[in-house]
Amino acid sequence: MILALVEHSNGTPNGPSFEMLGLAGTLAARTGASLAAAVFGGDPAALADSLQAHGVGSLIQVQHPRLEDYAPDAWARALGQLAESRGAGAVLAAGTDVGNEVLARLGAGLNLPMAANCIEVEPGERYRLRRTRWGGSLYEEAWLPGEPKLLTVAPHILEISENPAQNPPVVETFTPNLEDGDFLVRVTSRIEPESGISLGDAPVVVGGGRGVGSTEGFAPLEELAALLGGVVGGSRVATNLGWRPHADQIGQTGTRISPDIYIACGISGATQHWVGCMGSKTILAINNDPEAPMVAKADYAVIGDLHEIVPAICAEIKKARGG
Amino acid sequence: MPKILVCVKRVPATGARIVLTDDEQEINTRFLGFAVSPHEECAVEEAVRIVEGQGGSATVLTLGPPEAEEQLREALSMGIDEAMLLETDGGDWNAMATAQAIHAAVAPAMAGPEPYDLLLFGNESADSSGYQVAVRVARALGLPCVTGVKGLSIEGGMATARREAAGGWEIFEVPLPAVITIKEGINLPRYPSFRGKMAAKKKPVHRLAPEHTEGGMQKIRLQTPETETKGAEVLGEGPDAAPKVVELLKQIGVMQP
Repeated sequence: MILALVEHSNGTPNGPSFEMLGLAGTLAARTGASLAAAVFGGDPAALADSLQAHGVGSLIQVQHPRLEDYAPDAWARALGQLAESRGAGAVLAAGTDVGNEVLARLGAGLNLPMAANCIEVEPGERYRLRRTRWGGSLYEEAWLPGEPKLLTVAPHILEISENPAQNPPVVETFTPNLEDGDFLVRVTSRIEPESGISLGDAPVVVGGGRGVGSTEGFAPLEELAALLGGVVGGSRVATNLGWRPHADQIGQTGTRISPDIYIACGISGATQHWVGCMGSKTILAINNDPEAPMVAKADYAVIGDLHEIVPAICAEIKKARGG
Repeated sequence: MPKILVCVKRVPATGARIVLTDDEQEINTRFLGFAVSPHEECAVEEAVRIVEGQGGSATVLTLGPPEAEEQLREALSMGIDEAMLLETDGGDWNAMATAQAIHAAVAPAMAGPEPYDLLLFGNESADSSGYQVAVRVARALGLPCVTGVKGLSIEGGMATARREAAGGWEIFEVPLPAVITIKEGINLPRYPSFRGKMAAKKKPVHRLAPEHTEGGMQKIRLQTPETETKGAEVLGEGPDAAPKVVELLKQIGVMQP
């Protein structure tokens, strides 16, 4: 059995979990194993349809009276007990904050290695795998030993592909045996998100880097983003110089974006930034240097001074709208 | 008064393109400088701020080649008091081996009369990005561990840590001693002052020879992903290109009237 931890909110699995199920499904098919999804909380009926579409044969709901709040050590122990009771050959999760930390804790508890952010897996006595380093700008091929194999799947790299199972998943419940110590680390309260679109979900992102020059220099970028119903982000240079708050950083150590279009203004395109924006469907670079890496990697470019070009685009949009 | 340990990693300061060595085992660093991994630079800053606010002391630790002393000096110049170098011959240490070596170096202090109250790590290293060394060290020491932290306060024997989740924040409260992994954005690390740099030269760097344990994940080789460097389609130069940009926006479907 291949056991996959599926993260969801109110019964809707997140994108990285679907990407992970693609790899888990391939692994199950190649090893002749069944694919089971482990979920914490939520309504199994709501999850069954979407999991069937992604090849899940059984849906195991982990139930415990103290599991209402997120507690990563408790999740890891529960997952470990479940894997042991079903003889799982591998445990997979999405390479998210939750997936990576839960599998790391499981690995630490079992004294087994854990491979984070894999994109390809060749099954065998040891798995031969390919994983991402440097936020996705470098790959590593490695051997992963251990029983079960523990790995997470890099988000936003693999395509989500449907692989429908013939029947709806069999729904089961599993009650782990947890102790007080497993709840030492748990979410004790939450601050709900502010309303408005976030950088990670925006359909249009306008980014600014060193070329913007100052905090005030972002004003035209703000206007362009507002005209297109998008949001503004910055490179690590822009946030480190204090021109933008860190929450606006697009990059390896900031937010990964995947908008319909990313308009990168005055950004050279260092690896740190590129891995944060490479998931964009279209990239337009505005840069005075035609040799900038960002221009080489973008789909479209306008060469010249962003301080002239961005206001001109804003004016042109207003004109097109008859304003 | 808190006693803090910060664990950092020396990583190449890569630019726009990563070049590998011929044997595909390492990044070719001939023309590169080195730096403290970004999340960990913020961990160092956080430790210094806590000590500035509450007193106590902070130690920086790294596992790496003799040259990693540079990164330790950098942390010392930011205000850390002393340093520990688990000196290797520069070969590859995977996450399990690294965690075991750090655990072996820290365990005696944790069992002694003045254990660390707080052990700070980066959430993941920039280069190998394994997301697990801190978690393994915490487990081996039997300490609680909160990961991905972008806000931290220490008070009355407790750490209150917050991390981003789905656009909002999750708050964790754990008793000290605790292991916390830091994400960039928690603070803006200072540039070392001249005085800081001078003081750093006199601060002690303790060298230890860590024991390398076998097992765990084994690197075969590194690869640079094939990215299409097709070169962008240039829509024009200067403000005159604006109409073409608007055409593009319409074509993509992001230009609602």
